[in-house]
Parts: sequence; structure tokens; C-alpha cells
Amino acid sequence: MRKLLPFPLLSLFLWLTWLLLNGFSWGHGLLGLMLAVVLPLGTRPFWPNVPHLRNFPKLVRFVLVVHWDILTANLAVARLILGSPRKLRPAFVELPLELEDDFAITLLASTISLTPGTVSADVSEDRRTLLIHALDMDDEAELVAQIKQRYERPLKEIFEC
Amino acid sequence: MDTLVEFLVSAAILVGGVFALVGSFGLARLPDFYLRLHGPTKASTLGVGGTIFASLLFFSWQEQSLRLQELLIVLFLFITAPVSAHMLAKAAMHRQLRRREDTRGRPWKQ
Repeated sequence: MRKLLPFPLLSLFLWLTWLLLNGFSWGHGLLGLMLAVVLPLGTRPFWPNVPHLRNFPKLVRFVLVVHWDILTANLAVARLILGSPRKLRPAFVELPLELEDDFAITLLASTISLTPGTVSADVSEDRRTLLIHALDMDDEAELVAQIKQRYERPLKEIFEC
Repeated sequence: MDTLVEFLVSAAILVGGVFALVGSFGLARLPDFYLRLHGPTKASTLGVGGTIFASLLFFSWQEQSLRLQELLIVLFLFITAPVSAHMLAKAAMHRQLRRREDTRGRPWKQ
């Protein structure tokens, strides 16, 4: 079973994506099932270290928190954009990373980019620091603490122990 | 009931449209490249979100069955938008684009 389905969650995800794209029917269910088995096997070499999902309820919670933040922060950014650009306080910030898994770091960087007001610009070669550009930053320590507490800690609990 | 759904759909389209507009406005108006990057990657998430919610609601209502295809758009957008923003930022740092003088901190050498 492990040999046939190295990443069960990825397979499930692919299958559901296929069904959503093509409509729910027996034919597509079967075809999607085939793809869901074949594609992870074929892309296996692209996953040097397989991320392990350890805490599913926390993941659901994390997704909800991120969506809520996107909603509220969008309003804040809209206000900033419509206000005077001279009042903006842009900054580059270096965020020291606690996460070690590449996939978790990617998720954190994407989350930072999606939540308005911050874009992750670069990650250092040793995977220890993330460079972030902020649209309007009040206090560096506060921004770093907020990202760590709101996104990095949950991700750490979800993917590492 | 029809009126209620129509009202919800119109409201969602309006919200989506307003945020897409604000995003493009930011793109045109903000002073340097890094700041401009925030416009489209940001306000657009809610812009697209509102439009897609409207479409989902409208077609689900019209055909009296739940249609979730639109959610795939959101999913793919959420996967790809941060990557393109990241590549744009990296390219900007590589070319050492001018940034506003009062920007704190500095970009990395590429």
C-alpha cells in the first residue's frame, strides 16, 4: 500500500481536483483515481524530504485564521492605498526562521505574501532567514513577533513536532 | 428568496470589483516597485474572492445544485500568486531597483 500510494493526501487532493474540474461521474471518478495513483508516483523524485502532516485540526484552524486575516488586512491595505502614499512607512525586515522543513517554509512565505501588507521577498541560502517587505511598518519587533505567533508556530505544530 | 440571492450576488460582485479597483489603483499610484508589488498581490485576493463567491452563488442557485469549480480558481491563485510576487521581488533586488529613500532595512544582494 505504501509503495502504491506514497502520498495518500496528495492523491486524495488530486482526485478531488479532477472531480471538481470535470464534474462528478463514474467515468471521471475512475479516470481521476488512476491519475491520483500515477501522478504522485511519477513526481516522487521531486520530493526529497516528504512533509508529514501531524495535526489535521490545527491545519483547518490555520486555514481559517489565514482567510480571516486576508479579509481584515485587505481592508487595512485598501485604506493605506487610498490614503496619502507619503504616510506609508515601507521597510525590509529579516525574519529569523524556526521552521526547518522546506515545505513548511514555503507555506509560511506564501502565507506572508497572501496576507496583505507584507510580501516575502527572499529566503537565505541556509534557510534560516526570510526577507520580508512591509508596506507600512510600525515596529519591526512587533511585526516579527506577530508573524511568528500567528503563522509560524501553528505551522511548526502542524508539520514538525 | 430570489431577491435575496440576487442581492447577495450583486453585493459580492460589488465588493470584489471595488477591491480589484483599489488593487490596480495601488499599482498605478504607489511610489516604488516594492510598494507597487503589494497592490495586485493583495487587494486582488479579495477582489477575486468576491467575484468567485458571486459566481458560485449564482450558478448554484440557478441550477439548484452546489457547484464548486470556482473554488479551484481560488486554490490555484493562492498557490501561484505568492510565487510570482516572490520572483518579481527577487528580480527587483537583482536589478537593484530604486526604492523610496525612507525605506528601513535593506534588500539582499542577489
